[in-house]
Amino acid sequence: MSVTATHNAGNLSWYEASARQRVAALADAGSFIEFIGPEQREMSPHLAVFALPEQFDDGMIIGSAKLDGRDVLVAAQEGRFMGGAFGEVHGAKLTGLLRAARTLKRDALILFDTGGVRLQEANAGELAIAEIMRALIEARLAGCKVIGLIGGRAGCYGGGGLIAGCCSRLIVSEQGRLSVSGPEVIETNRGIEEFDSRDRALVWRTMGGKHRYLIGGADILVDDEAIAFREAASAALRGASGFDLAVLTAEQQRLEYRLERFGAMRDAVDIWTGLGIAEPASLPELTTEDFLQQVQGKREAADDAR
Amino acid sequence: MTDWNRQKAGLAERFASGRAYAAGKTVPIAKLPAFLEAVLRPGDRVCLEGDNQKQADILATALADVDPAKIHDLHMVQSGVVLPEHLDVFDKGIARRLDFSYSGPQSARIARMLFGGKIELGAIHTYLELFGRYFIDLTPQVALIAAVCADRDGNLYTGPNTEDTPVVVEATSYKSGLVIAQVAEIVDKVPRVDIPGDLVHFVVEAKKPFYVEPLFTRDPAAMTETQILTAMLAIKGIYAPYGVRRLNHGIGFNTAAIELLLPTYGEALGLKGRICTHFALNPHPTLIPAIEAGWVEQVHCFGSEVGMEDYIAARSDIFFTGPDGSLRSNRAFSQTAGLYACDMFIGSTLQIDLQGHSSTITASRIAGFGGAPNMGSDPRGRRHASEPWLKAGAEADPGTPASLRRGRKLVVQIGETFGDGNASLFVEKLDALELAAKLKLDLAPIMVYADDVTHIVTEEGIANLLLCRDRDDYEQAIRGVAGYSEIGRARDKKMVERLRERKVIQRPEDLGIDPLDADRRLLAARSIKDIVRSSGGLYRPPSRFRNW
Amino acid sequence: MEKLSFQFKTEKPAGGTRPQALVGVVASGNLEVLLERVLPTDACSIDIATAAHGFGTVWQAVVADFVSRRAAGGLRISVNDGGARPDTVALRLAQAVRLIEEPEA
Repeated sequence: MSVTATHNAGNLSWYEASARQRVAALADAGSFIEFIGPEQREMSPHLAVFALPEQFDDGMIIGSAKLDGRDVLVAAQEGRFMGGAFGEVHGAKLTGLLRAARTLKRDALILFDTGGVRLQEANAGELAIAEIMRALIEARLAGCKVIGLIGGRAGCYGGGGLIAGCCSRLIVSEQGRLSVSGPEVIETNRGIEEFDSRDRALVWRTMGGKHRYLIGGADILVDDEAIAFREAASAALRGASGFDLAVLTAEQQRLEYRLERFGAMRDAVDIWTGLGIAEPASLPELTTEDFLQQVQGKREAADDAR
Repeated sequence: MTDWNRQKAGLAERFASGRAYAAGKTVPIAKLPAFLEAVLRPGDRVCLEGDNQKQADILATALADVDPAKIHDLHMVQSGVVLPEHLDVFDKGIARRLDFSYSGPQSARIARMLFGGKIELGAIHTYLELFGRYFIDLTPQVALIAAVCADRDGNLYTGPNTEDTPVVVEATSYKSGLVIAQVAEIVDKVPRVDIPGDLVHFVVEAKKPFYVEPLFTRDPAAMTETQILTAMLAIKGIYAPYGVRRLNHGIGFNTAAIELLLPTYGEALGLKGRICTHFALNPHPTLIPAIEAGWVEQVHCFGSEVGMEDYIAARSDIFFTGPDGSLRSNRAFSQTAGLYACDMFIGSTLQIDLQGHSSTITASRIAGFGGAPNMGSDPRGRRHASEPWLKAGAEADPGTPASLRRGRKLVVQIGETFGDGNASLFVEKLDALELAAKLKLDLAPIMVYADDVTHIVTEEGIANLLLCRDRDDYEQAIRGVAGYSEIGRARDKKMVERLRERKVIQRPEDLGIDPLDADRRLLAARSIKDIVRSSGGLYRPPSRFRNW
Repeated sequence: MEKLSFQFKTEKPAGGTRPQALVGVVASGNLEVLLERVLPTDACSIDIATAAHGFGTVWQAVVADFVSRRAAGGLRISVNDGGARPDTVALRLAQAVRLIEEPEA
């Protein structure tokens, strides 16, 4: 008698899942076709020098798929390989995918899970970030939507955070984190009184999905479930898109106003109070459903400005 | 004329010296070092709490600050060497001799200091053994204890982390010893009286809670498929066939995985109500899903666990709680329960040799034993029968007539064949032997002896040592579950096959377990957040475990 | 990086029809295993790249057991190892074979 894992069948924690599991859960069954797959062995040319192991896909999985019948291009980072960090090949694959999106006029999904750029491939990695941002913007100018999904263990940091900032929509879970500088970097540079990186409640209050959602840094908040990410991505794909000077100007104004209102505040809880939320300190403990209900009508939206 | 009351006179003298610094029973923190210098005497036997979890940290700091010219050569008798100050007192010459049980957080430094001759070692004990000696030959003359709060009469509330305090105070106070307590605050009325004021001489108001180590929280997110496989093997290959209802889980990921598999895997095997109903156990967060699913009837706790207080208070049918509603733990009684009232101990270790001896001592780290030697020993004083006890006894000794044949407690060592740093669990020679030679100890510090171990569980299978009849059986049974380690690869394949036929060794497939089914989706909770949800929001994990 | 290579003659060909399968992630204590159905059905090769040096005999024992217990004929197996323990290696190899045997979607 074989006892299979029926208890959590159908439940895939996005946070726990591998990049390949996320892609499989997101795409319509059997619709994913991988580009430059592992059998091509396009690996990092830099890691061997450091006696570091390579991964066949260099931690970046790209391809085409259907989502609720709609053709999309998909890119997914494996957060457990080199912390999901960008390197030369990893970055080039995403650049190529976004250029393909522009050419094919197809929407793209980026499944972020990254600590930034690999130290071992710093120059190539930083270049890649710039190339990706350009390719992303050009895809958007061509009318494509580029939707980011954030909810993995590595979060979305450094260059990944910059790329995310260029996306048309961002879908986050509570566990997801989005920032440029990471907690340890802030603590090292500004001192522990400014930011205690071991205070994980503080880290999530500052960079986590719920807070980003509240201040317009992310657009849709979902449960840590693959099915929730899939439904949100499908809905985002059906929504409107646009990218022109008017959009950028509006976003710039929104950010300036946001800085004006909240720039002097010490802690996210102060911002939530400023947004008019009753019992702000209890927000981190609420379920996604209860949270969305509590903050309805109170959050900052960047929708129009994306 | 013999004076038969010198200790009482001595106590009165110390008390009078201490009174000079106190208002009523209260000593201000600022006066602590001077106060300690007044009430201590060189060469005193001092118990500084030093429990497994809670630490009288203010008193420890003050003790490490006394003038070694005045107070020196103290003999420290304490369960746990946990804070740096516990070793600072030796570095400074304030203390000279040590009897203890557990030193996890200080395992590297204590090893260095023992090798360097800075500490004169009495012995490393198991908890209950040390507590027993508090009443015979290691009675403290001064006890420095930790409580939550006190009233002005010195009545103490020790709360969920009561732990060792009752046994320490009993031994010290009733033998004319001095008891000094640190508390967070002095209140008008304590929530309940854990220690009567009659037994407490002085109280220090620390203005903050005593330090507590969160030791028993295991993040399900870190559990591996291999740990889940060993958990499945343990449940199907040992818990089920022996019908283990009363037990203790040692600390570690393997046992935490077992706890999380009960509501899922255990349920699918139809074991609810037949196993894991009564525990001597700290309040492991990983037991929450099983409790919520109705598996557990009751749990007695050695201590508490950070973040579990509200959950425990809301589950008074399961846990021992006082009239105030909060947990009452008691290490001495829990250790006694684990010895006599439990049918199984299961826990992990760092090294097992070819005879079956197990130890957590390594060349550079001395973590001590904690409760394991006690929990993991067969209590020959036991007289009441139970199904698992009788069955194990019959397996060990089929020749003796049943009415004269004592049962055996199941003592299970569980772990992966390769541990942290890819170090092999199985070794030819225990590091403990090298340590004994180096420190000139009478005995090598063995945690669980081979003649107490009944089963070894690894990802390769279960070795039932009760069915072994000679040394060869033992050796090949151990090699037969030692996987790809050097010990495992040197097995006699034919002998191991014969042992498998005799069911001395059982592989996963022999138990109908496919290792590929050892999947994280079997865990009733796969993250700390899942556990919080399972508890209905009552469990409040410490910050280090949050990802929200 | 240490590179190890093993060749085996096998009795049973790998089941299913999938041309390839991949399991695992290259992370500390983990490994990735790529299976490609490209060899004659009575052959199996295993190439390993590992950062942990000097464990050749252990790898030898693990892969020999694997090949004798599982139907791996026709498979070219490539491993990138992040310092995984032998039991994790055995598990991933078994997971990979099970995956390649799965009916195609």
